[in-house]
Amino acid sequence: MASSFRLSFTKPGTRKDAAEALPRSAALRRRDAGDTTRNRLVIAMVAFVAVYGTIAGRLVQFGLSTPADAVALGSAQSAIAASRPDIVDRNGQILATDIKTASLYAEPRRIVDPDEATELLATVFPDLGTDAVRQKLASKAGFVWLKREITAGQQEAVHKLGLPGVGFLTESRRFYPSGRSVGYVVGHTNVDNQGIAGIEKYVDDQWLGDLHQLGFAMTPNLEPVKLSLDLSVQHVLHDELSSAMEKYTALAAAGIVMNVKTGEIVGLSSLPDYDPNNPVEALQPDRMNRITASVFEMGSTFKLFATAMALDSGKVKMTDSFDASVPLRVGGFTINDFHGKHRVLTVPEIFIYSSNIGTGREALKVGQQGQQEFLKRMGLMDKPPTELPEVAGPILPKRWSDLVTITVSFGHGISVSPLATAMAASAVMNGGHLIPPTFFPRSEDEARLKAKRVLSPQTSEEMRYLMRLNALKGSGSRANIPGYRVGGKTGTAEKVVNGRYSSNKRFNAFLASFPIDDPQYLVLIVIDEPNPEKPGMAATSGLNAAPTAGNVISRIAPMLGVMPRFDEVDLPLLASY
Amino acid sequence: MVSRAERGLIADWWFTVDKLLLAAFLTLIFGGIILSLAASPAVAERIGIADSYYFVKRQAFFAGPAVFVLLAMSFMDPRQIRRFALVFFGVCVLLLIATLFVGPEVKGARRWLNLGGMSVQPSEFVKPVFVVLCGFLLAETQKRPDMPGRIFSALLLGIVMSLLIAQPDFGQTMLVSLTWAALLFLSGMSWLLIIGLGGVGAVGILFAYTEIPHVKGRIDRFLNPDSGDTFQVDTAIESFVRGGWWGQGPGEGTVKRILPDSHTDFIFAVAAEEFGLVLCIGLVAVFAFTVLRGFGHATRENDGFVRLATAGLVILFGLQSCINMAVNLHLMPAKGMTLPFISYGGSSLVAMAMSMGMLLALTRRRPEQTRFVQPIEFEAFPARA
Repeated sequence: MASSFRLSFTKPGTRKDAAEALPRSAALRRRDAGDTTRNRLVIAMVAFVAVYGTIAGRLVQFGLSTPADAVALGSAQSAIAASRPDIVDRNGQILATDIKTASLYAEPRRIVDPDEATELLATVFPDLGTDAVRQKLASKAGFVWLKREITAGQQEAVHKLGLPGVGFLTESRRFYPSGRSVGYVVGHTNVDNQGIAGIEKYVDDQWLGDLHQLGFAMTPNLEPVKLSLDLSVQHVLHDELSSAMEKYTALAAAGIVMNVKTGEIVGLSSLPDYDPNNPVEALQPDRMNRITASVFEMGSTFKLFATAMALDSGKVKMTDSFDASVPLRVGGFTINDFHGKHRVLTVPEIFIYSSNIGTGREALKVGQQGQQEFLKRMGLMDKPPTELPEVAGPILPKRWSDLVTITVSFGHGISVSPLATAMAASAVMNGGHLIPPTFFPRSEDEARLKAKRVLSPQTSEEMRYLMRLNALKGSGSRANIPGYRVGGKTGTAEKVVNGRYSSNKRFNAFLASFPIDDPQYLVLIVIDEPNPEKPGMAATSGLNAAPTAGNVISRIAPMLGVMPRFDEVDLPLLASY
Repeated sequence: MVSRAERGLIADWWFTVDKLLLAAFLTLIFGGIILSLAASPAVAERIGIADSYYFVKRQAFFAGPAVFVLLAMSFMDPRQIRRFALVFFGVCVLLLIATLFVGPEVKGARRWLNLGGMSVQPSEFVKPVFVVLCGFLLAETQKRPDMPGRIFSALLLGIVMSLLIAQPDFGQTMLVSLTWAALLFLSGMSWLLIIGLGGVGAVGILFAYTEIPHVKGRIDRFLNPDSGDTFQVDTAIESFVRGGWWGQGPGEGTVKRILPDSHTDFIFAVAAEEFGLVLCIGLVAVFAFTVLRGFGHATRENDGFVRLATAGLVILFGLQSCINMAVNLHLMPAKGMTLPFISYGGSSLVAMAMSMGMLLALTRRRPEQTRFVQPIEFEAFPARA
């Protein structure tokens, strides 16, 4: 009896033995049937265990996988979670910083009724009530953006709609407290917080972009990026350029303040400008950084370089004289003076009267080769090496001839950016060291390592004398701020309109440096197409760019710690020539 | 507490009923109410019922009769079960026939009957009594091979199948015929016949695949999800994945709002999203426990009828739970099948309670039964080798 209740597969012999030992009976057959059922019940149990095991296994498999829309959401979150470092000026004033905003997204697969969702969203954002949005929400996508960077009020309103499948992500948005006054330098970011202009782009290109790509820029404790800019100087520059643009009804006005000993750019402004908090403004065609991204025929300010070239070559001395009584005729062209003296002029006279004839003759003395070599040395034939991405290279004469040598000497036939002009002029002022301009703080020692000697100290000294002389007795007198020993050179270039030089469209520049006995700062102001301040007045550089530079210097010199001196016996050098 | 010295009806019942199985069923019934709280308000809102807790209330309301039926059935002895099954089977067949003529048509099928203001689904009730009757017939054949139990049971199957197909209700048809086949297998049918029966089944499936478009569509979509709209299954899978181990939390699920039949066929997926996979695995464990314990009773059972009827009821219960969960998990082609005790549905709940009440009755310890189970003797294995 006992054996018949055993699971028979464990003892196959038993039943056989029993069958042999006992006569077949109805009772045995019944037990046989019971055994078969038991065997098969075990098979059924095994089958059920297998099925339930598969189901449990499948559940575990789901538990170990990550939801697809969570992946989409996660990647969107990490894409926008990228922080940027603050940008500060040289004194630690914040120029750009991150603020947190909410952005609205949808997970269309979880939207119950796309029509209802679209209509409700349109009550908060009327521009979301379109068919395109409806289709987006009706799709099977896991994640779509609906609206980036919404206000707290809008977020609350959408939240109150109680729509499933609609949510918010917190993202960083760039904010520029100083707005338009720093626009072109700091640049701006796109909606994904990636730098697309100015220093923002430079920082991304250098290291931040890689960090974002690797997902390491999440922590908001990135070190602030310090610029050489001085926010106060920046405000002054912006303010003075704005009033100049208004006063002279000019197309544009731009200015740069540079430390001639270190190459640091302390102020840079270009008008018309844009607010980096609203970067769409930057798309208007007249919005460009005219200091770095535009090139101009700089006009007479270039005589600074021609004179320095002539003096540095040794072929011309301060005491030399050139005949400017008759126009210079070369290759069928006639070069004349704007304020002709029609006599023989000394080198200082040529400079302060801004004689085209005299400067041309000086340049001819150096020759084509020497001039090209000199311009190359001064960095005027190349793109100025600096950090800002928006930097233009010069437009050079296609062929060099005597005529070109003459025109280039007074700043025509060659177009360079004001930044390149400022860089080369700094070398003329600082004793002959060409220092690459920078937007980041740099000490004099660091600058010396990067500097290249391009002029002799003697030439630099003579040029400083000429600059001061021009501010005292020449066209730059309106920039001569008492006490700050300003030296400067004007430039009034006729603009090319339809291939011809126009007599009433001008590009004016004023290049100033102070204090001229030991120059620390250089100010370059350019004004594009100024009109006379009052009818009947002229619109030359000395009447608009020079006073603007003067205003700037009178306001920034005290900020920059330049001590005024009123005891001076001006120009100790003056007597010697 | 009930004293062991008492020999009353209640005391007898208390000391002989399988309390673990009873606990499992009560767990499932109350779990079903909790889960309908998660799944059905969304459905009520979607189909426009003003009271969003309509389905929850109804499920809770039916839990009372269900528990009553469960307990009441478990008081019977095997002989009473057999008689009940016979009588109730006749009633069900009559009701099924009535359904075809007076039942309202819902979604293209006549499955419901209005009895005294209540909708009843006779097909839910016919399954367990059919299985018990088949168990009886096949057990008789085991005892007396001259008795044509298999043919009778096949005739009964024919009656039930034709009535179910006439509704039409292919899911129940499949379930009933699978259970019947399993009973034949358990009753000791020769392997040759089983293979033959399997062949008939395979031909049947092949026939359904080629001739019935929606069957073909479902199988095609299962094998190649790109071939058609797999919204329901995709959504179900998403809710499993979204739920994770511990779930989104009660009421936090969103997939239920777009998942059709989330309160019936896909309640498992809703449970996963809100309460997590751990709970789902627990649910699987309860079902597996019930099935294995039921089989355990069957293997230890001496009486052929009780053995087969127990196994049949367990198989019915097990198959239904497996098919439902496998469909939810995209382990097999989509087939509408309720999850026993958990899915919403009054008839289904009460019928399942009746079915499991019979199981409890059949698995009670009976004094007249000699039980002796010798432990499996493992030393026999080396001896055989």
